[in-house]
Amino acid sequence: MAWFRKPKKPIQASERRDLPSDVFDKCEGCGEILYREKLLQNLKVCPHCDHHFMFSATEYVQVLSDEGSFEELGRGLRSADPLEFTDLKPYAERLAAAERKVGGGEAVVTGRARLDGNPVALGVMDFRFIGGSMGSVVGEKIARVGRLALEEERPLLLVSASGGARMMEGTYSLMQMAKTSAMLARLHEASVPYISILTHPTTGGVTASFAMLGDVHLAEPGALIGFAGPRVIEETIKQELPEGFQRSEFLSEHGMVDRVVDRRKLRETVCLLLGHMAPEWRSE
Amino acid sequence: MAAPPHLEFERDMVELQEEIDKLLEMAEKKEIDVSRELAELRRRLGAMREDTYRNLSPIEQVQVARHPRRPYTLDYIQRIATDWIELHGDRAYRDDAAIVGGWARIGGHSVMLIGHQKGRDMKENLRRNFGMPHPEGYRKALRLMRLAEKFGRPVITLIDTPGAYPGIGAEERGQAEAIAMNLREMARLRTPLISVVIGEGGSGGALALGVTDQILMLEHAIYSVISPEGCAAILWRSAEHRDKAAHALKLTSDDLHALEVADEIVPEPPGGAHSDWDAAGEHLRSALLQNLESLEALSPEALLDARWRKFERIGAWKEDEGDE
Repeated sequence: MAWFRKPKKPIQASERRDLPSDVFDKCEGCGEILYREKLLQNLKVCPHCDHHFMFSATEYVQVLSDEGSFEELGRGLRSADPLEFTDLKPYAERLAAAERKVGGGEAVVTGRARLDGNPVALGVMDFRFIGGSMGSVVGEKIARVGRLALEEERPLLLVSASGGARMMEGTYSLMQMAKTSAMLARLHEASVPYISILTHPTTGGVTASFAMLGDVHLAEPGALIGFAGPRVIEETIKQELPEGFQRSEFLSEHGMVDRVVDRRKLRETVCLLLGHMAPEWRSE
Repeated sequence: MAAPPHLEFERDMVELQEEIDKLLEMAEKKEIDVSRELAELRRRLGAMREDTYRNLSPIEQVQVARHPRRPYTLDYIQRIATDWIELHGDRAYRDDAAIVGGWARIGGHSVMLIGHQKGRDMKENLRRNFGMPHPEGYRKALRLMRLAEKFGRPVITLIDTPGAYPGIGAEERGQAEAIAMNLREMARLRTPLISVVIGEGGSGGALALGVTDQILMLEHAIYSVISPEGCAAILWRSAEHRDKAAHALKLTSDDLHALEVADEIVPEPPGGAHSDWDAAGEHLRSALLQNLESLEALSPEALLDARWRKFERIGAWKEDEGDE
């Protein structure tokens, strides 16, 4: 039985390879080294394991609208820092830093667009802007794009990516949940279709308002979607969370989303749905 | 009577109360007249109470809002309503005891009264989950609101919760969806809606009962997007800074009235609602009656229109010129 006691050589962690960071990306899912250009062509989905890399707001706009058709609205909206909030850093500074990072704007981009030639109203959240948190500006922009959908009878598409309500605007942030939901109540009454697209991560006040109020909910594979964050839950119940908890597939299993959709199929899925739900929709 | 649990800033008042009690006891034993001393001590206590409660810091307000002797939803219902009959269950999964609701009569008005319910002791708190609802609680609330709408009755909600419950079952059963659905459906209910934050207005779990025509706050209630402890833990990296977070979050009734989130502040008796439940109930009842009168005069269309405009306005932003 000597073979049994033979010291095993520990498996070596794959050696760190220094890669030119502007040409290659390492997949966070399977570790495969990917050509950036190929990855971009594949809508930032790993061709080996289907891991979905984070997509920017601009990239979603490209996927969900006809080239050159997007007409941004409300870009001039800025937070007024109504509480003059300061923690370790003034909120005003955090805002300025976030604006520099994403090149102006806020945690959501909204506007008119065409999709396969059909008019739509589109809103895409940007997680890079203070964690995609919802303060007064995000609430106002979502409400305005909702009103646009209502007044121009355009189907509404909202892509969520958010850590939740923005603490630095206090109860105003909480009330944006009510504000966006109240707008969706009007859309609902007018039977204007609304598709909610949930991406990684969507938590807190955004999930508990407009993201969960779609006529149809589409979620990207593997996205974290929930109300309470997993760490908060773990601290509360003092036990480890089950594998895959609060991921898209888990939500699908529990009946909270209609479909888990690969990003490469997102556009055609949206068009197929709107062909049924939007009265004037013409398929190309 | 055992001394009630008291807060740090209440210590002087408790000591003064003990002095009064001792004096009374002595007077009784020795049969002497202490009415003059007694009156003086009581006057001092009253003044001290009023002064303390007028100058509470934000974190002290938070403590008062969470005071273990503060009246809860069922305590108020007992004091402000008659013909109360509680209704149970969401018709889908179970009855969540963290939210109670049912028919009640206030003055001449038959209303649907719904509120978060905290427990008074450990056993009751386990049953009521410290007033932290699960999805079925919000769904029960919505079912009852729709019942009210069906029979043209107003809805009154009493808000008092640390927040939604961060647990596995709550997520599995879709608490985000349940809260969101309440927000949307409350925005389109064709009947008058009034909410009153009676203690803790904790985030989404509170707002799920809060999309109403009128938002009232009791004087020492708080309403916040996150608990000061949670906010401090994230932004100050330590829950110990909760006093700073409480200050920064602008969560008191005065702050929220100034920010035009709270429409009205309901006064509490000197020393807070916990020092005199009956008086607190009387203030609440008269505020509700006034609001019921004015809202019941409006048509459903006018109500909805005003409600939409109210929530459409909430928030503060700047807009650069030249942009749409």
